[in-house]
Amino acid sequence: MSGDYILGTENLKAYYETRHGYVKAVDNISFLVKSNEIFGICGESGCGKSTLMKVLYGIIEPPLKFISGQISINIDGKEISIQNTNVNEIKKLWWKDISYIPQSSMSVLNPTRKIEDQFIDIFKKWHKKISRRKIRKLIRKNFDALGLPREALSSYPHQLSGGMRQRIVISMATIHNPKIVYADEPTTALDVVVQRGILEVIKELQKKLNNTFVIVTHDMGIHYQLSHRIMVMYAGKICEIGETDDIFQNSAHPYTALLIESLPRLGDKSERKSIEGSPPSLLDPPKGCRFHTRCPYATQECAEKEPPLTEIWHDHYVACFHPLKTK
Amino acid sequence: MKASVRYIISRIVSYIITVWIGLTICFILPRFVPIDPITVILSRVTAMGAYMDPETYQKMRETLLHIFGLEGSFQEQYFSFLSKAITGDFGISITVFPSKVNDLIARALPWTILLLATTTLISWIFGNIIGLLAGYYRDRKISKALQFFAISVYPIPYYVMALIFVFIFCYLFRIFPLLGSKGIGFEVSLSFEFISSVIYHSFLPALTLFVINLGWWILSMRALTINISEEDYVKFAEIKGLDKRIILNKYIFRNALLPQITQLTMALSTIFSGAILTEFIFSYPGLGQLLWMAVSSSDIYLLMGITSLSVIAVSTAALVIDLIYPLLDPRIRYEAKQI
Amino acid sequence: MRKIKKRLASALRNFTFLLMSDVKLLIGTTVFVVLVVLGFIFPHFSPYNPKRWNQVPRDIPPCWKYPLGTTSLGQDLFWLLTFALQNSLILGITVATISTFVGVLLGLLAGYKGGYLDRALTFLSDIFIAIPSFPILVMLAALFLGRIHILMLAAVLCLFNWPWPAKQVRSMILSLRERTFIETASFSGFGTIEIILKEVIPLISPWIFANFINTVLVAIGAEAGLATIGVSSLEEATLGTMIYWALRYQAMFRGHWWWISVPVVTIVILFIALFLIYMSFSEMFSIGGYKK
Repeated sequence: MSGDYILGTENLKAYYETRHGYVKAVDNISFLVKSNEIFGICGESGCGKSTLMKVLYGIIEPPLKFISGQISINIDGKEISIQNTNVNEIKKLWWKDISYIPQSSMSVLNPTRKIEDQFIDIFKKWHKKISRRKIRKLIRKNFDALGLPREALSSYPHQLSGGMRQRIVISMATIHNPKIVYADEPTTALDVVVQRGILEVIKELQKKLNNTFVIVTHDMGIHYQLSHRIMVMYAGKICEIGETDDIFQNSAHPYTALLIESLPRLGDKSERKSIEGSPPSLLDPPKGCRFHTRCPYATQECAEKEPPLTEIWHDHYVACFHPLKTK
Repeated sequence: MKASVRYIISRIVSYIITVWIGLTICFILPRFVPIDPITVILSRVTAMGAYMDPETYQKMRETLLHIFGLEGSFQEQYFSFLSKAITGDFGISITVFPSKVNDLIARALPWTILLLATTTLISWIFGNIIGLLAGYYRDRKISKALQFFAISVYPIPYYVMALIFVFIFCYLFRIFPLLGSKGIGFEVSLSFEFISSVIYHSFLPALTLFVINLGWWILSMRALTINISEEDYVKFAEIKGLDKRIILNKYIFRNALLPQITQLTMALSTIFSGAILTEFIFSYPGLGQLLWMAVSSSDIYLLMGITSLSVIAVSTAALVIDLIYPLLDPRIRYEAKQI
Repeated sequence: MRKIKKRLASALRNFTFLLMSDVKLLIGTTVFVVLVVLGFIFPHFSPYNPKRWNQVPRDIPPCWKYPLGTTSLGQDLFWLLTFALQNSLILGITVATISTFVGVLLGLLAGYKGGYLDRALTFLSDIFIAIPSFPILVMLAALFLGRIHILMLAAVLCLFNWPWPAKQVRSMILSLRERTFIETASFSGFGTIEIILKEVIPLISPWIFANFINTVLVAIGAEAGLATIGVSSLEEATLGTMIYWALRYQAMFRGHWWWISVPVVTIVILFIALFLIYMSFSEMFSIGGYKK
């Protein structure tokens, strides 16, 4: 992995073990994430994006199983390679070089502890004897950057609004300057106005910290505002990877195109089309290209062979036998 | 009005009403009885051979009626009963006439409180700690063994457990005396003999209460811990890689204690009832033995006194716990302050 | 008729499936069934009348002729036990049926209608939960000089036991009301009673059943406790009165361990079995539906 990249996977497979068989949520995924960028992963619910992020961070609890493949993390020049034999190596990086913002941010704060104390718990991990005053100073700078009032420190979670709680979670996840921050649906359950604020906060933070954010959300609109590069997933497989503007203007995969078309646009009063059909079961996925059953351009080849992920032009990859655009 | 003030007032109101209804039940039930206590006492006097002329008999009757609060109409009796009960005067015992019911209860009550308070507190504390560990490490063998222990112990009624202990420790292995604690004299002192005698005689009843209560707290805390371990904030704490001890202590235990306190309040009347019956089996000089004495001699006023006191005692303990609870739950204590 | 048969058949199938997947339930149900058979079928074959004394030689330890021994009153312990089981079980099940039914009904009403009804019910049930029932039961039974009729005892036990299911059903209803499928049903025009019968009750039935089992346990325990002190209906054979008579005749003191052990061990086995059943049913519900 060359110096520009901070995270990468190679033929990553992670399945859920159920009594009916394996649910192939992450099926042979290979991609690279650069340092100093916001990398967005999108797709319908159930496409495996949340599972992918959990595996990348190292939260692998039964019934989830790391079947095969490799995750490579490039921290401070050192490359750490994770396979299914040494998953616990990632845990050593938790809340030092990498951090994770879980999906249900509303309820991730301990209801019976003050916010300040919850921060102290984090600091106690690295510095056993740090004083409260020092912690408060460090947090205050972070809070000011995030637009959080100082009184929030001495309150309990239930006294704060949803947007504030989300910002506190972001603060907790970024206060130690991690190199990679994983965020799973960081704005669900927030109203649009608050959502906008959170997105701005994340953008500013990333610029200041000069690190990498990996954002998972099904909302293409958020990716448009936030992400520098986007990866589109479908039924456990990658469809397309590319820079945001490139993806939106020159989408090559039929699925991506349909996803973008379903977004409402100012001024465009035409009917929004939804994609016919529903995502396939990951227990028994269809042969060949996973999308072929719903794809308007599918051919016999698509039903039999799985399209490989190929670079069709600079920094734009697509897994399709009949991409919509070629250069 | 602040929510906390509203809560306190409503709790106190329901406390007063509960006690009132309990006392009313105590008052009404004996009125259904075909026994006339006055006749009982008077017949005891005459049975001793003393002769009373009709005038003296009548005067005695009136005095007794007055002492037992049986004169006047139903409502008058009711109000006098209530007002006396509030001040703690439960009248006079029939069996040990003319001892006051209060004195009898006052002698027995401290023993019961001692037994109840120590076993309840210790079993609650230990049970919660053990349950916490058993719940967090739920797949380990010892956790399953503890669950097995708790399941086999908790459903057994207190008196059955008492009988089992009597069988094992008094019959099979003669460690403890078979027939109660006549050894506890009433000269309360701080002498070593007295204290060791107390411990010797209280050991089995305490063990009975302790073991069964422990079983319940272990079981409920274990289940609660398992549930809380799945909560988002515990998962997030684990994701942060926080020290396991901190997670157990400050994230799980703190949040599990609150429902456990509520549970304690609801279990109080059961624990109390069980304690009384256990005391009876072990002839422990507490309310249980007093109750037995009242039952065997049909001493209605003693019965009324004990029952009324039980209602007041349990309700008061529950009230105290309920009033402390809001101070411990930040969601209630700091409800108004929104930022 | 066919519909009911069909429902029973599928319920039975579900139950058997559950039995296989949960050890606790399996053990509990097996033991309970054994005890029920002992209590309801065996008494018909008893050569002795449980209320009569001096029917067999006294104080004989367990042997082939008298498998559990005999009492100081000249009764065969084994056959006495079968009658005691029957009476205790009948008492427990009757009290449990009535108080669970009343409790569930009131809980449903309070949870669904809300308002004054709800507040009144909560108030009432809190009071009955807070008042210690045992001293009051003792007082009541003692007032009847130990000749209290078993029905009266059952009635008072019902009075003290309806609040528990009522409270639980009410809180379940309150949380279920929020769930969309009930709203949907209501919007599709189903009447309230239909919604309750078809949607709500099947969902909370494991809990109702768990409560039922628990009340059986509590009722039998309460009666036996009262009997131990001597304030139950002492001529009837119940598990509690067996203990009473054994204590009264100093069975342990005189070395007749079998007399006191039989009711004690039976109670322990019965209660643990009931509790296992209770636990597996209430676990079923706390995972919000059915266990995998």
